[in-house]
Amino acid sequence: MLELSGITAGYGHFTALWDVSLRVAEGEAVAVVGPNGAGKTTLLRLISGLIAPRSGRIVFEGAELASHPAHDIVAHGVAHVPEGRRLFPGLTVADNLKMGAFLPAARARYRESLERVYTLFPVLAERQKQRAGSMSGGEQQMLAIGRALMSQPKIILLDEPSLGLAPVMVLRVFDLIRRVREEGYTILVVEQNVRQVLKLVDRAYLLEVGRIKMEGRAAELAEQDFVRKAYMGV
Amino acid sequence: MSRGRFLAGAVLGVLVVAPFVPMGGVQQYVLHVAIQIFIWSFIGQAWSLMGRFGLVSLGHGAFLGVGAYTTTLLWNVYSLTPWIGALLAVAAAVAIAVVLGIPCFRFRVIGHYFALVTLAVGEVIRLLIIAERDWTGGSLGASLKTTGTASGLWTLQFADKRVFYYTSLGVFLAGLWVWDRVDRSMARSALEAIGEDETAAASVGIHVTRFKLGITVVSAALTALGGVLYAQYISYVNPDTLSGIGVSLKIVFAVVLGGMYSLMGPLVGTALTTALAEGLRIAFGLKFLGMADTIYGLLLIIFIIFLPSGIYGSIRNAIRRRSGSSNTAPA
Amino acid sequence: MDPIFLVEAAINGILLGGVLALLALGLNLIFGVLDIVWIAYVELVMLCMYAVYFFNVTFGWPIWAAGLVSLAAGTLLGIAVHLLIISPILTSAPINQLLATGGLLFFLQSAATFLWTTDHKTVRLSLPSYEIAGIFLPATRIIPFAISILAVIALYVFLTRTYIGTAIRAVSQDRDAMSLMGANPQRIYIVTSAVGGLMAGLAGALLIFQYSVHPFFGGQFGPLTFMICVLGGLGNMVGAFIASFIMSEIISIGGVVISTEMGYVIAFVIFIVMMFVRPGGIMAKRG
Repeated sequence: MLELSGITAGYGHFTALWDVSLRVAEGEAVAVVGPNGAGKTTLLRLISGLIAPRSGRIVFEGAELASHPAHDIVAHGVAHVPEGRRLFPGLTVADNLKMGAFLPAARARYRESLERVYTLFPVLAERQKQRAGSMSGGEQQMLAIGRALMSQPKIILLDEPSLGLAPVMVLRVFDLIRRVREEGYTILVVEQNVRQVLKLVDRAYLLEVGRIKMEGRAAELAEQDFVRKAYMGV
Repeated sequence: MSRGRFLAGAVLGVLVVAPFVPMGGVQQYVLHVAIQIFIWSFIGQAWSLMGRFGLVSLGHGAFLGVGAYTTTLLWNVYSLTPWIGALLAVAAAVAIAVVLGIPCFRFRVIGHYFALVTLAVGEVIRLLIIAERDWTGGSLGASLKTTGTASGLWTLQFADKRVFYYTSLGVFLAGLWVWDRVDRSMARSALEAIGEDETAAASVGIHVTRFKLGITVVSAALTALGGVLYAQYISYVNPDTLSGIGVSLKIVFAVVLGGMYSLMGPLVGTALTTALAEGLRIAFGLKFLGMADTIYGLLLIIFIIFLPSGIYGSIRNAIRRRSGSSNTAPA
Repeated sequence: MDPIFLVEAAINGILLGGVLALLALGLNLIFGVLDIVWIAYVELVMLCMYAVYFFNVTFGWPIWAAGLVSLAAGTLLGIAVHLLIISPILTSAPINQLLATGGLLFFLQSAATFLWTTDHKTVRLSLPSYEIAGIFLPATRIIPFAISILAVIALYVFLTRTYIGTAIRAVSQDRDAMSLMGANPQRIYIVTSAVGGLMAGLAGALLIFQYSVHPFFGGQFGPLTFMICVLGGLGNMVGAFIASFIMSEIISIGGVVISTEMGYVIAFVIFIVMMFVRPGGIMAKRG
C-alpha cells in the first residue's frame, strides 16, 4: 500500500534520512523503532507531506506523493497523528473530532465516523463538551487518534504515541492502538518504546542515525541480542 | 581590508570638501538634501541599535518629538541655549525610555506586543503635543525663535548651510562610531543571545533587563539628539513630522531597506529613500498632490516583498553566492 | 460639572464602544489566524467610508444600499490585501511583515489624498435625536451601536457554529495541525481575510454616520484599534470586545471632563500602564 524507496531528506544542510526504503502492506501494522534523533519523526512528516524529500519516491496506492502538500495527502487517505498530539486546545472534544472530518468526503460520512469513534472510545463520548486542553495525556492521545479516524483514512501514521505519558497510560494507549488495528486499519507507528510496540505490530524497521539498520518480523527483532540489550535493558 | 579603509577615507574626503566645490545654483539644494540624509541616517542608526537585536520599536517618533520640542520650546519661552536644551532633551528621552523600559523588559513584553506598545508611546507624545496647543502650537507646529541676525554658536542657529552640513556630518560619524563600539562590545553578544532566546540567556547569567534597558537608553538618547539637530536646522517643529506612527515607520523603512545589521545600512537606506522621495517630489511637484507619496508607498511595499534582507543584505548575499562559499544554511 | 454630562458621556462611550469592537474583532481575527498585524486595517475602513460617500452622495443611492456596497468593498479589499501583500510575506521576518502593511498604510493614505484631496467628506443623514431624562441620544449613535452588536453576535455564531468558523478557530490554535486534517491553509486564510475585510466594511458604513472621512482618518482610529487589541490580548476575541468598551469609556468621559485629545491621551496612557500590570492583556492569566 505504502512504499518509500531511496528517500533522502533533511532540514537545510542537515540530512536526517539517508536512502531509506520501507513498505507497508494493506492491513499490516508496521513499526519504525530507533533511538532519539534517528529521524523517525522526519520520516512521518515526509509521508504526510509536511516536508519534501531531496530524492527518492513515496508511492501510496500507486500514487506518487512526494511533491504534494500536506492537505492533499490527507485526501489520499493518509492520516497523521502528530508527535505531541497537536490537538486544538481551545476546542471541545466534539469540535476536535469535527475538524478531523474536514475533507468533503469525510464530512459526508461525518455521523458514521463519529459513531464509530465514540463506540471505539466511549470516554470521548462522555467528554464531548470538554475542552481538549484540559484532558489528561492519555485521554488526549485517545482524542488525537479518534480525530485521525474521522478522516476516513486508509493508513494511520502514529508519531511517538507514548511520548510524555505515564507508564499506566502507555499501556492503555497501546491497547487503544491495538483496538484500532483490530478494526482493520493499516498502521505505521514510530516509537521509542521498543518493547511495547513490538508486541503490537507485525513487522518492524530499526532506524539508526537516518538509516535502516534492520528489518523483520516483530517477534524476530525482539529476539535479536543487541536490540534487547540496547533498547530493552536486558 | 586596507582597500576598504582607503575607499572610506576617499569618500570621507569627498564629503568634507564637497561644500566648497562650485555647484552653482543647486548648491543650497544639494547641501539641504545632504544634511537631511546625514541627520536621518543618524536617527536610523540609533533606531537600528535596538532593531538589530529584535527590539522593533514603532514609536521612535516619541524620542524624536521629545528631543525636538524640548530644545525648541525651552529656547522660545526661556531663551535657554540649545546646548543645555539638548542635554535636557536627551535626559527627557532617556527618562521616558527608562520609565517604560523597566516594566516592559521585566515583564517580557516582546515581539508584536512590544512593537504596538512603542507605537502607543509615539502616539501619546504626538497627541500630547497637539492637546497642549497653548504652549506647543498644536498641529500647526512651532517655529524656532530667531534672534535677528545674531546667529551663532550660542543659539545653534546658522545662516550658512555649510555649518549645518559639517555639524550633521560630524554627528553622523559619531553615530557610526557608537554603532561600531556596540558592535564590538560584549553587550552585542549578550543582546544577540537575548534576541535568540531570552530564557536561555537569563539562565546563563545574562542580566536581560539591564542589557535591553541599556541599549534602549542609548537608542533613545541618540534619537533625541537627532531630533534636536533637526529642529535647529529646519527651525520648525510639527507633531506629525516628528512623532507618531508616520515618522516612526519612515525611520524603520529606511533602515530595513538599507540593511538593519550593517554599519552603513541606515545610510544606504536613508540616502535611497530620500533620493526617491525628492525625485518623486520634483517629478510631480505640486501638480498631483499625493501622487509622489503614493508611488513612494507602492515602491516601499514592493521593496519589502522582494528584497527582504534590504539592499545591503541582498547585495552581500549575491556577492557571497557568486564567490561560491555557502557554508551557511539557506535561511 | 453637571452629572448629567457625565452620564451622557458614559452612554456615548458605550455607543462608541460598539463600533470600536467591530474594528478590534476584525483585526484580531486576522491576527489570530495569520499571526500578522494589518497595520493598514483602518485605512481599509477609510476606503469603505469613501465608497459609502460616493454611492450615497455622488450617485444618490439610498444609504442602506451604499452600506451594502461598503460591505462588498471591504470583503474584496480584505481578499486583495491577503493575496497581493500578505501571501508573499507569510514566512518573512515579523519586522518585514509589519513594514509591508505599514507601506500599505502610506500607499492608501497617499492614494486617497491624490484621488480625493484632503477635504473632509460627510454623508448627510437627517436622523432624529431622542431625549431621555435630559440626555440626548442621537439615532446616528444608536443605530450603529445596535448594528454592531448584532454583527458581533453574528460573528460569534459564525465562529462557533459553522464548520469553516470552527476551522478558523482551529487554525489560530495550531496552524500545521489543521493542514493535517486536509484543510488547505491558503483557503482558510482567504476566508479569514474576507471576514476581516467584511467587518472593516461594516465598520466603515457605521462610522460614516458620525464621522467625516478624509485620507488620514486612520490616524484617529488606527492606533486606538491596535491598542484595544493588545489590551484585550492579541488574538483574544472576548478580551478585545471588553477592551473596546473600556477604552471608549475612558475616551468619552475624558473627552468631556478635559478635552477630546486628552481623552485619547489618558486612554493611551492607561493602555501603557495596563501593559505592565498585565502584559498578556486583561484576559491573560496572571504570571
